[in-house]
Amino acid sequence: MLLIACPFCGPRDETEFRCGGESHIARPGPAETVSDERWGDYLFNRANPKGVHLERWLHGHGCGQWFNVARDTVSHRVLAVYRMGDPPPKDLTP
Amino acid sequence: MTAQSHRNPTGGRIDRARTLGFTFNGRYYEGHPGDTLASALLANGVHLVGRSFKYHRPRGIVGSGAEEPNALVQLGQGALTEPNVRATQAELHDGLAAASVNCWPGVRWDIGAINGLLGGLFPAGFYYKTFMWPARAWRAYEWFIRRAAGLGLAPREPDPERYDGTHAHCDVLVAGGGPAGLAAALAAGRAGGRVILADEQAEIGGSLLAGGGTIDGRPARAWLDDATAELAGMAEVRVLPRATVFGYYDHNYLGIAERLADHLPPAERAGRARQRVWKVRAGRVVLATGAIERPLVFDGNDRPGVMLATAAQAYANRWAVRVGDRAVVVTNNDSAYQTALDLSESGVAVALLADLRAEVPAALAQRLSRAGIEVAAGSAVVDAAGGTRVTSAEIRRLGADGTTLEGPARHVPCDVIAVSGGWSPAVHLFSQSGGRLRWDEAIAGFVPDISRQAEVSVGAARGTFDLAAALAEGARAGAAAAHAAGFGDGTATAPAANAREVIAPRPVWRVPSAGRGKAFVDIQNDVTAADIALAAREGYSAVEHLKRYTTTGMGTDQGKTSNVNALAILAHATGTAIPAVGTTTFRPPYTPVTFGALAGRTVGPLFDPARLTAMHPWHVQAGTRFEDVGQWKRPWYYPRGSETLHQAVARECRAVRTSLGIMDASTLGKIDIQGPDAAKLLDLVYTNAWGGLEVGRCRYGLMLKEDGMVFDDGVTARLGPQHFHMTTTTGGAARVMAWLEEWLQTERPHWRVYLTSVTTQWAVAAIAGPNARRLMAELCPNIALDAIDFPFMAWRDGTVAGIAARVFRVSFSGESAFEINVPSSQGMALWQALMTAGAKYDITPYGTEAMHVLRAEKGFVIVGQETDGTVTPGDLGMDWIVGKKKPDFVGRRGLARADCKRPDRKQLVGLLPQDPKEVLVEGAQIMADAAAPPPVPMEGHVTSSYWSATLSRSFALALLKGGRARHGQTVPVHAYGKTSWAQVTEPIFYDKEGEKLRG
Ligand SMILES: [Zn+2]
Repeated sequence: MLLIACPFCGPRDETEFRCGGESHIARPGPAETVSDERWGDYLFNRANPKGVHLERWLHGHGCGQWFNVARDTVSHRVLAVYRMGDPPPKDLTP
Repeated sequence: MTAQSHRNPTGGRIDRARTLGFTFNGRYYEGHPGDTLASALLANGVHLVGRSFKYHRPRGIVGSGAEEPNALVQLGQGALTEPNVRATQAELHDGLAAASVNCWPGVRWDIGAINGLLGGLFPAGFYYKTFMWPARAWRAYEWFIRRAAGLGLAPREPDPERYDGTHAHCDVLVAGGGPAGLAAALAAGRAGGRVILADEQAEIGGSLLAGGGTIDGRPARAWLDDATAELAGMAEVRVLPRATVFGYYDHNYLGIAERLADHLPPAERAGRARQRVWKVRAGRVVLATGAIERPLVFDGNDRPGVMLATAAQAYANRWAVRVGDRAVVVTNNDSAYQTALDLSESGVAVALLADLRAEVPAALAQRLSRAGIEVAAGSAVVDAAGGTRVTSAEIRRLGADGTTLEGPARHVPCDVIAVSGGWSPAVHLFSQSGGRLRWDEAIAGFVPDISRQAEVSVGAARGTFDLAAALAEGARAGAAAAHAAGFGDGTATAPAANAREVIAPRPVWRVPSAGRGKAFVDIQNDVTAADIALAAREGYSAVEHLKRYTTTGMGTDQGKTSNVNALAILAHATGTAIPAVGTTTFRPPYTPVTFGALAGRTVGPLFDPARLTAMHPWHVQAGTRFEDVGQWKRPWYYPRGSETLHQAVARECRAVRTSLGIMDASTLGKIDIQGPDAAKLLDLVYTNAWGGLEVGRCRYGLMLKEDGMVFDDGVTARLGPQHFHMTTTTGGAARVMAWLEEWLQTERPHWRVYLTSVTTQWAVAAIAGPNARRLMAELCPNIALDAIDFPFMAWRDGTVAGIAARVFRVSFSGESAFEINVPSSQGMALWQALMTAGAKYDITPYGTEAMHVLRAEKGFVIVGQETDGTVTPGDLGMDWIVGKKKPDFVGRRGLARADCKRPDRKQLVGLLPQDPKEVLVEGAQIMADAAAPPPVPMEGHVTSSYWSATLSRSFALALLKGGRARHGQTVPVHAYGKTSWAQVTEPIFYDKEGEKLRG
């Protein structure tokens, strides 16, 4: 079970959190300017990398806040934790 | 009175002052505290403990611990019975009752042994090859296989035992309390770190409990006593005996299964938890899990009496048990020499030690010859003869390359063959942690290589079999782990022991056959060397395929003694090197963990706690039948006397339509929304526009997902310019709350909106029917109630029956209705006041079933019943609620897809069955053509279907392809082999103009 350092509460067990999938996916708009292909891409296509993955987590059974996690999908090491709206840290090496 | 025929009068770690009586397969035996079931059976001369899985061959005790593949027993009776317990790990207690798991009808006379005579029928992949076709015969096969295969019985009654679970954090977790683990725990503990030392045995000590040797100049067992005493005195050290570290998960999270009461007779377990699972987050982990001895693969190596050399030694030294009267020892390494000496000293005549190696360790061989034990160098046991017990060993000289036999056969009478085929480090936890293994030629075994987590393996677990070196490794690792957590300077003094020189083992993975019997690799699954060779010839040359095809390494022992032998034989058969073959994946648990322990206290009512409304006690007293909606208990219907569901629902519906009904609506989700941007949030998540809603009014809204599909619905009221009260479906409350938060935090973080779940702050009673306003007028002096002052879809604050209340004029039944919200603490008082005052109108409580009928008559949808995640507002005929002028809302772009505009999408319709007495089956399929051959094209399905007391007929709602253009058609509806016919109508059956609801 992962140990995730919530930026607001500190390290907590994975069971307190919910993973919200890939982070930094911009919602395209205005709606009428977005092609079907672009919209489908936004809804369904994700990078699913082997290695560093930037993802959103919700501390649902805690402070209730969303934040970002950089995680190595091979080793499950958490490389960085940062707030919503912040850019990902540079030099994330698995 | 029974004699322990094979128990020595002195020695061992048992308490002879007390005698424990137990039964095995119905026969009475005796043992002592300190015994396992296995040691007690052997003390009574019992080796035969079961029949094998496939061939039903007689089988005996092979090991002395977790590695045991054969001696699986059924413990206890009735609700307390437990299958597949290793007799080698079951502590003896007074009154213990055990039985063989794998023999029917009995261990000595076994009908399945016919399989042994028909051995040719059971090759590798037997199940796949034999029981494939015809598929319809599988049930017959399965009965035969399961009946014959056995492997224990699950209890049929609920488990009466209690279990516990706990969480812990530590700086250093040491798995295994043998010499290396003890040295690590001592070093880490002395440095001041928080240490947990867990060991699976009742006594800490591991190999020291059974072996000899000296540590720090004293007998090892004396050092052990001092070490455990010192650990017990350290405030920050927790020692857990009877505790198996069974799983190593991500981020140094480990599971420990602790057996608290299994060693006690049932009567003494009262009031105690039987087992407890520890979930530990460790800073560092020291894996001191030891090594598992391997059997040698020779013909007849499964006969009762053939056992691991360490096990024979442990029974002699730790339990003062002679495992036989006359033994042959066969080994490919040094360790069994000490076994031969220890057996001899314990009173077992050791006829001979056969060493596969041509060059034998001189000093050890000399000690054996001084003890009168012959050493046969370069020789092996090639066949074990016997039936329910081994009677003799055939000894032959091995050729130079280990694949041929030389010279004459010697037949040595014996009743025990102690076998050592080398050692496999117990790398299970290391492997579970994600670490990579390396094949070590010197020890002919896999050892930990590259770590992925903060752990280190020490002692035999990393292939360090020498006592002095293991102690040094342990001490070093313990000190370093404590230092990493900020304790001590990282150094420690290791206990001293004499180092020994070790001659490398000689791996002969398949001892050449003299041409007769079966040589077993996996004794539990009855997989022979020939099976593996056959599988390799048939192309199952990858180790994971081999495992699944032959079942080697499966079962309750997961191949602890067999894995390395199996893959080495596979490597040989395929002409590859062992490291290239690799190993199968080790997965938790290391040894089986009971479901009870994993569940802990979260069973019964604590598994998923029920949520109850403030009026719940009233419903219970009224004899209500409840329905589970999410975690809520909701009144389903209120039967009077002997009423059936349908009779009660018809009565409840009639009451609402003709006079007055009352429903507990407390479970609806409620979210308080405040802030300058509150209306913007509603505009984003609902399809319709909210800015213009006046304070004092309510509006119905639909929520969509981004794909345009309906997700939730409900009524939201404007309490103030920046203040709203949202209601959601009962089951969707948490989902909707999380949805709104997600949009606010991740997409609109600059908006100033604050959400609070107030679901349980309010109790809600909904009164509905032609007499609802009259009752309100009587109880509610301070709200103007007429339809102009208090119109449909408005709310007012006031008092109802003297209780401060917020009243909403909304209706899900289609009747004039008031939803009265009061603080939860006042819910019961409100309900009782309404019931009392409403008696004159024969006020009738109605449940969710009547509510469903009433709303369906009005064509109101239920999200999750009429919708399934593929339904748009347009499909429901609710295009009117989608704001055409709104620049954005969640789902807007999704709805714009061409697919959402297809005219042949499934659309909500009503159905009137041709037979007005027939209630269609919910989920029934609407067919395009009743006469079409299968597979019949399906055009839709029934979503809701009821008997309507109001209409005196049945009716239904359905989703039907292009349904809105098909009103008036008659369609075939199919369920459970029956086709019915129904007329398609618009989805509303009552008060189409809505006069009653507004009135
Ligand atoms: Zn938090």
